[in-house]
Amino acid sequence: MKILVPVKRVLDYNVKARVKADGSGMDLANVKMAMNPFDEIAVEEAVRLKEAGIATEVIAVSCGAAVCSETLRAAMAIGADRGILVDCGELSDAELQPLAVAKLLKAVCDTEAPELVICGKQAIDDDANQTGQMLAALMGWPQATFASKLSLDGRLATVTREIDGGLETLEMTLPAVVTTDLRLNEPRYATLPNIMKAKKKPLDSVKPAELGVDVAPRLAILKVAEPSRRSAGVLVPDVATLVDKLKNEAKVI
Amino acid sequence: MAVLVIAEHDNQSIKTATLNAVTAAQVVGADIHVLVAGNGCYAAAQAAAAIGGVAKVLVCDAAHYATQTAENVAELVRALAADYGHVFAAATSAGKNMLPRVAAQLDVAQISDIVAVESADTFVRPIYAGNALATVKSTDRVKVVTVRTAAFDAAPLGGSAPIEAVPAAKDLGLTRVVGRELTKSERPELGAAKIIVSGGRGLGNGENYRTLLEPLADKLGAALGASRAAVDAGFVPNDYQVGQTGKIVAPQVYIAIGISGAIQHLAGMKDSRLIVAINKDPEAPIFHVADYGLVADLFAVVPELTATI
Repeated sequence: MKILVPVKRVLDYNVKARVKADGSGMDLANVKMAMNPFDEIAVEEAVRLKEAGIATEVIAVSCGAAVCSETLRAAMAIGADRGILVDCGELSDAELQPLAVAKLLKAVCDTEAPELVICGKQAIDDDANQTGQMLAALMGWPQATFASKLSLDGRLATVTREIDGGLETLEMTLPAVVTTDLRLNEPRYATLPNIMKAKKKPLDSVKPAELGVDVAPRLAILKVAEPSRRSAGVLVPDVATLVDKLKNEAKVI
Repeated sequence: MAVLVIAEHDNQSIKTATLNAVTAAQVVGADIHVLVAGNGCYAAAQAAAAIGGVAKVLVCDAAHYATQTAENVAELVRALAADYGHVFAAATSAGKNMLPRVAAQLDVAQISDIVAVESADTFVRPIYAGNALATVKSTDRVKVVTVRTAAFDAAPLGGSAPIEAVPAAKDLGLTRVVGRELTKSERPELGAAKIIVSGGRGLGNGENYRTLLEPLADKLGAALGASRAAVDAGFVPNDYQVGQTGKIVAPQVYIAIGISGAIQHLAGMKDSRLIVAINKDPEAPIFHVADYGLVADLFAVVPELTATI
C-alpha cells in the first residue's frame, strides 16, 4: 500500500508571528521555518504503518517555493521514501490557497494512486483546516478528519476522531483521506544518520502547469493587521483581594 | 440571493453554535434559510424555525443523514447551494469537517473561522494563532464561510419561520459511524459558558484536576476547560482542550489555573471578557493577558477561592 503525505513549510511554532509594518502580510524574512506540526504527525503515522509492514511506500509531497524541498528532506529523515515538490515558484504562502493545493494533490494522487493520504488537520500559519477535506471531495473519497487513532485491516480503515463532544469512530473502505489531530502519535526526532540518508533519497519536482492546475488565488488579501492588545492587568496579593475585585470591581460573580 | 446556514443539531434540538452562525449571516443583509439535515429531525427543524431573523427552514429527513456524515451532508449542501450566494456553518468540529467538501465541489474557496463580516464578499479571519487578523475578499460566486462562534452573539429566539421539506441527495455510502463516546456533563458547554474554569499542567494529575477544579466550577456554574498539556497528559478528555486547534472560547470570565499560557493556548481564550490567572511562576506568559493575576501555589489558593466565593 502506498501512502501519500502532504507536508507544508510554515513559521516554526515557537516563533512569534509578526505583521509587516505596511499591513500587506506577515513578516517571514529571516525567521525560523519548520514542517507544520500536524504534518509531522502525519509523516510519523505513515512511517509507523510502513514499519508495521502495512504500507509499502511513503511519499511526501510539498506545494510551494523551491525551498520546500527542505521540508521534504525533513519528512524523508523521519522515514518517507521519496519526495515530490510541486514548485509553485514566486507564489507567496498566502497566495497559494487550500483549494489550489487540494487540486495539486489530486493531480499527484491521480498519477501515484495512493490508497491512503494522511494530512495534517490544519496548518498553523493560515489556520484554514480545509485541504484534506477538499482533496477527499475532489477524489470522491471518504474522509476521517481530526484522527486520534487509525487502524487498518486490509482495505478497511477504522478511525477514532476528536469531535466537540468527545470521540467518534468511523469505518471506511480505502482509498481515503485521514487528517491528524495532536494525540494520534508523538513524532520521533530525526537522527543524524537518517538526516544524512534523507539527502540521498529521490526528490522529483513538478510545476502546477504540468499537472494542469490553475493555482491563481481566489481570496484577495486586502489587509493584515495586529489584533488589539489586552491592556496589562494587575497582580493581586491574595484570594480575598481577588474575590473582592471579582465581586465589586468587575462585578462578574 | 439568500444565505444558507447549515444547522448543527442532534435531531431534537439546535446547538447554540448555529445561533452564533445566524448572527454572522445576518450581517450579509439577505434572507436567511437554515438547513436541518437529519433523520427524525422535525423537532430540530421546529427549533430552527424559532430562531429570530430566519426566513425559512429547509428540512431534509432521510435515514442516510441519521449520523450526519460529512460526505452525505456535503453532497446535499452542494446540490442546494446553486440557489444561494452564501453558505455559512459554525466553525465547530462538524462544520470544519463538512464545509470544505462543499467548497471544493463548488470549485470555490472557503473562508474559515471568520470573526467579522465587513461586507457581502469581505470577511475578517484570524491567522497565525490569532496573532494577526486578515481581511479577505472572495471573488467566487458562492461564499462558503465557517464562523468563529465566540466572535458573534447567539441570535435571539422568538421567530416562526415556515418549514419546507427538500429532497435528499443520494447516499454516497462512504463512511459508517460505528461509535460515539460523548462526554456526559451537567455543566454548560465550553462554547456557550459564561464562566470557564480551566486547568493546566500545574495541576499535576487528573485527580488533582477533579478535586480542585470541579468544586470551583460547580460553585460558579462554570464549564471546565484545559490546556493541551493537561489533555496530552491524560488529566481530562480531548474535548476539554482550549486553544488554537481546540476550542476557541470568549466567556465573560476565564479562570486559568496552573496554565503557563503558550501562544497556542492564548489563541483559544484571549478574547475572553475577563481573564483571571493563578500560577506560581510570576514569569508565566498567562499574566500578560490576565486582568487579575495571583502568583501563588494553586494547591493552597484554589480551595480557599472555592470556599470564599
